[in-house]
Amino acid sequence: MDIEVLKILARDARTSPAEIAVMTGKNEDEVRHAISEMEQAGIIRSYKTVIDWEKAGVERVFAFIDVRVSPSRGVGFDDVARRVYKYPEVHSVYLVSGDYDLRVVVEGQTMKEIAFFVAEKLATLDGVLSTRSSFLLKKYKEDGEIYEEPEGDERLAVTP
Amino acid sequence: MKAISHVVQSIPPSGIRRFFDIVSTMHDVLSLGVGEPDFDTPWCVREACIYSLERGHTHYTSNYGTIELRRAISQYLALSEGLEYHPENQILVTVGVSEGMDLAMRAIINPGDEVIVPEPCFVSYKPCVMFAGGNPVVVPSYAEDGFAVKPQEIRAAVTSKTKAILIGYPSNPTGAVPARETLEEIVRIACEHDLYIVSDEIYARLTYNGKHTCVPTLPGAYERTILLNGFSKAYAMTGWRIGYAASSPEIIEAMMKIHQYTMMCASTMAQVAALEALRNGDRESDEMIEQYNHRRRVIVKGLNDAGLPCLMPGGAFYVFPSIKHTGLSSDEFCERLLFEEKVAVVPGNAFGECGEGHIRCSYATSLDKINLAIERIARFVSRL
Ligand SMILES: Cc1ncc(COP(=O)(O)O)c(C=O)c1O
Repeated sequence: MDIEVLKILARDARTSPAEIAVMTGKNEDEVRHAISEMEQAGIIRSYKTVIDWEKAGVERVFAFIDVRVSPSRGVGFDDVARRVYKYPEVHSVYLVSGDYDLRVVVEGQTMKEIAFFVAEKLATLDGVLSTRSSFLLKKYKEDGEIYEEPEGDERLAVTP
Repeated sequence: MKAISHVVQSIPPSGIRRFFDIVSTMHDVLSLGVGEPDFDTPWCVREACIYSLERGHTHYTSNYGTIELRRAISQYLALSEGLEYHPENQILVTVGVSEGMDLAMRAIINPGDEVIVPEPCFVSYKPCVMFAGGNPVVVPSYAEDGFAVKPQEIRAAVTSKTKAILIGYPSNPTGAVPARETLEEIVRIACEHDLYIVSDEIYARLTYNGKHTCVPTLPGAYERTILLNGFSKAYAMTGWRIGYAASSPEIIEAMMKIHQYTMMCASTMAQVAALEALRNGDRESDEMIEQYNHRRRVIVKGLNDAGLPCLMPGGAFYVFPSIKHTGLSSDEFCERLLFEEKVAVVPGNAFGECGEGHIRCSYATSLDKINLAIERIARFVSRL
């Protein structure tokens, strides 16, 4: 495993093995090999693009659904979670501490669509005691990416 | 009107300033000429300062700086270098290393004293010596030695008037980091001739191959060294204007005397920020250093591929490639590169005569911009 290579790819997945080799002082074959090993081991799971869908004019609605679960013999949190995450509408599922047990992020085209999904699919699952929904209104930062216009370089062009 | 001070008159305007004036008349310049981090100050540092302002911490501090900050600096030097500087009387908080340098020179120099200054070096070293009434005695360093000064050159420059040796490693503009033995030899010379050593270690944290050698840790150096350091580079805090000096109680007392009457104290809010940087800034600082390190390798390869022989520097965020084979002078090269390809770099002679035939490129800029600048430099060089 090569943390330095991972950090470079996490910052920009398009950095080529040749570029990574220069940046880290390793040779290119070594980098290629490390990357493919980490892909095979499932350390690198996929390569994606961060998109500001709103800017692209695509309407997408997100909601955070907190779910209280009563696990029973034979039906634990993992089982409930599995039933939930199989839905393509479900963007992410986390087991969390606190008053609620699962935090589910659901994606849809309209609020109504999400409300129905929660009422019909999530709330009715065996073991689900209650749910609490909050709709996402504005995204400030996600996965380390700040959703604002970056500020320009304000430094003087030539300094000692 | 009578003429202004002849010391001031005798100092030529900075070569960087002249170049800056040209660049600032142009648009869309891709600059590798910037001597400061491209990162903003870590948020925890900015936030701590905002909070302190809200609580009304807007008054003078002790002339030495707040005791909290001096304790934190003392602790940092103890932990990272094993050095013991008493926070009560061996540390002075200054308005950047810039003020620290001025104070150090004024504290030790009598009119006519000589200070040995290896070049190429930071632009303010010689003027600071001269403003203090001293005479800078320049010794050159060479590309063959990775731009680390040869101790025998220093030895040869010592006279009965020599008072101090002024060094700054890792170096701006060359990125040079001398071998430990070289620094030890310089210290030995200082001991033999009873000279002060003023060591500007502002780029200490930006050392890429192994650990930085802190001069006062070397045998015989502690008593005679004025260690200058600051927050500008390591914590991306250039605009805050904050740094410190550490030395013997006598030297710090002398520097404080000047500081007391000319500066009172460093900016209170900057002191709050510096304390936070020492307490919680290392994570972000380490992250920046890792990125500089990546860029360092990219720019060195890029410039060599572009036909400008360039050494791999050990520290700071500069490279100092040679342009000698182009037949152009540093000034000509930089001006033509600027006008023809809109890339700004700094002529090497701005850092001393022996910097002629070189240019300084800063890699405190994003990888994308570095790559773009290298493309343009390569195009320019291939046309010559
Ligand atoms: C070698 C060197 N010393 C000192 C300084 C000035 O630092 P400060 O911002 O702490 O005054 C700089 C800034 O460019 C530098 O490169």
